[in-house]
Amino acid sequence: MIQFSDEKLKEVQRIIGFYPEGKQKSAVLPVLHLAQQEFGGWLSVATMDYVASLLQIEPIEVYEVATFFSMYNLKPVGKYMFEVCQTGPCMLNGSDNIIKYIGEKLGIKPGETSADGLFTLKTVECMAACGYAPMMQLGKHYREHLTKEKVDAIIDECRKNAELNN
Amino acid sequence: MGSKLLLDKVHIENIRSYDVYRREGGYRSVEKAIRSMNPVAVMEEVKKSGLRGRGGAGFPTGMKWSFLAKPEGVPRYLVCNADESEPGTFKDRYLMEFIPHLLIEGLIVSSYAIGSNRTYIYIRGEFKWIIDILEQAITEAKNNGWLGKNILGSGFDCEIYVHSGAGAYICGEETALLESLEGKRGNPRIKPPFPAVRGLWDCPTVVNNVETIAAVVPIINDGGDNYAKIGTGKSTGTKLISSCGNIKKPGVYEIEMSISVEEFIYSDEYCGGIANGRRLKACIPGGSSVPILPANLLLKTAKGDSRMMTYESLADGGFQSGSMMGSGGFIVLDEDQCVVRHTYTLARFYRHESCGQCSPCREGTGWMEKILLNIENGKGKMSDIDLLWDIQRKIEGNTICPLGDAAAWPVAAAIRHFRDEFEWHITNPDDAQRRNYGLANYAEPLKVVAV
Ligand SMILES: Cc1cc2nc3c(=O)[nH]c(=O)nc-3n(C[C@H](O)[C@H](O)[C@H](O)COP(=O)(O)O)c2cc1C
Ligand code: SF4
Ligand code: FES
Repeated sequence: MIQFSDEKLKEVQRIIGFYPEGKQKSAVLPVLHLAQQEFGGWLSVATMDYVASLLQIEPIEVYEVATFFSMYNLKPVGKYMFEVCQTGPCMLNGSDNIIKYIGEKLGIKPGETSADGLFTLKTVECMAACGYAPMMQLGKHYREHLTKEKVDAIIDECRKNAELNN
Repeated sequence: MGSKLLLDKVHIENIRSYDVYRREGGYRSVEKAIRSMNPVAVMEEVKKSGLRGRGGAGFPTGMKWSFLAKPEGVPRYLVCNADESEPGTFKDRYLMEFIPHLLIEGLIVSSYAIGSNRTYIYIRGEFKWIIDILEQAITEAKNNGWLGKNILGSGFDCEIYVHSGAGAYICGEETALLESLEGKRGNPRIKPPFPAVRGLWDCPTVVNNVETIAAVVPIINDGGDNYAKIGTGKSTGTKLISSCGNIKKPGVYEIEMSISVEEFIYSDEYCGGIANGRRLKACIPGGSSVPILPANLLLKTAKGDSRMMTYESLADGGFQSGSMMGSGGFIVLDEDQCVVRHTYTLARFYRHESCGQCSPCREGTGWMEKILLNIENGKGKMSDIDLLWDIQRKIEGNTICPLGDAAAWPVAAAIRHFRDEFEWHITNPDDAQRRNYGLANYAEPLKVVAV
């Protein structure tokens, strides 16, 4: 059942309040972020329909937006998503090798999820961290100046967290 | 040490918090503007300062504000562009992350000048932790009476809201940004009408970059004339440069627009030279969309003058032998880097980010990416170089928004200045898989060849 908690519904109301009367459609991006975070890290059709009903807009208006922006996942992803930047400035500092290393270590290619459902590797374009390259986004934060050792440590950290939360 | 106007206080402990920021003189510009100046006077100060938009296009800010239509009974909006997605650019992030109140302060003064009672910060969605920092700063400002109703008893009301994007470079383009803020796909609008006449929800709107808005604070505090004394010519004030690539000290630097490119790259105050004892091969001085320059043309203009870190000097020579200040994303390539591969990653970026509305941009960016990958992988033909040239020419100027140009220029400049490296990839495909072309003759002054 797709339904925000009362607390999250309050957050939705707070966001809708950012915009003038009748302009609640503007809240679609922030509310989709909230929905993706709450409902398993991706946007199913049911989730998008729910967002449409909350904002009193047509489902198609939500699909149009959700398919345009690269931060929305339209299919299930792993518990931990490694979003590694591959654009020029990061490439100059070895992002290609980091992407390859993560792929080999987890046995997946960019765009794939590991068999245990823990990890998804995604290549992304410039994240405005070019001076701290190579880098990736993991959850809310950036991990910068990546090396193989740092990648190892991050993967261990995720595995430990996953165990603790089980 | 050059003077710093935006980042002078950034290293003070806890400057992110309201109390410290205020103790260090924060929010004085709001007091001054609201207590002793009317909106027109604020606008005049900004005009006098010569401030030019720091988002990339360099349009004079005071002039942009004065174009704002003011029909009776219609709200006006100020929207701050914090989408920062141009490869090489990470200055706005730094400012918002470490001294968020400077942006909030600038937004209040600018909102007052423009008459915006509802001001939005459109921030790229990936900056999730910065959204929290900004919301915290807004709450603190509001709790201390700088936002809300009847600010300082002036009758002026203002609220600031943070609106998160969701991963689309094109939403940095101001009309795509407004579409996105209205909850639609980020498809740029056809101009005119310009946002100053019909912007957010069809109301008159000003869109300004984060750094532009922050610069309004020292302009109001110290006066537009004093601001204009810093820098040279039409490049007044200071500029944040985010430098990256193969330099010793990547990071965000605030420079006076009167230093040379050579000083910026080699002095210890800034980049500290090229990393690992390598030599400089090339540089994109203003974010991925502006032309790449080989070392010789970067350090000196075609006329032989020292190239300076100013709007005029970086553009000296036009696209034949110059580049642009752009957003201040300074990308340095050392002698071991491959220009073909670097250009390929940029072409892939623009293909990924094209909104798809115009065929030349939608199709052309994909073709350029494919051809560049072929050349990079040793599968190119000599005719591919001319084909690339032809495609970029057919994109440039034939699209709704400047993303088309932004995609065409990097490819054009790479071919213009590094044609021999492209040819080498094609004539030595096996070699090209094992090693890079290297520095070749770029360290020596080259004659400028018209293509
Ligand atoms: C494809 C594209 C991307 C852009 N991205 C940004 C951006 O991330 N941040 C920004 O401030 N301006 C960006 N701009 C420039 C904006 O359209 C606009 O000119 C700017 O926000 C105006 O602010 P300013 O006058 O203060 O520079 C972009 C323009 C284009 C064409
Ligand atoms: S130039 Fe490209 S990004 Fe701009 S409107 Fe046309 S297709 Fe979209
Ligand atoms: S190129 Fe990777 S963060 Fe900018």
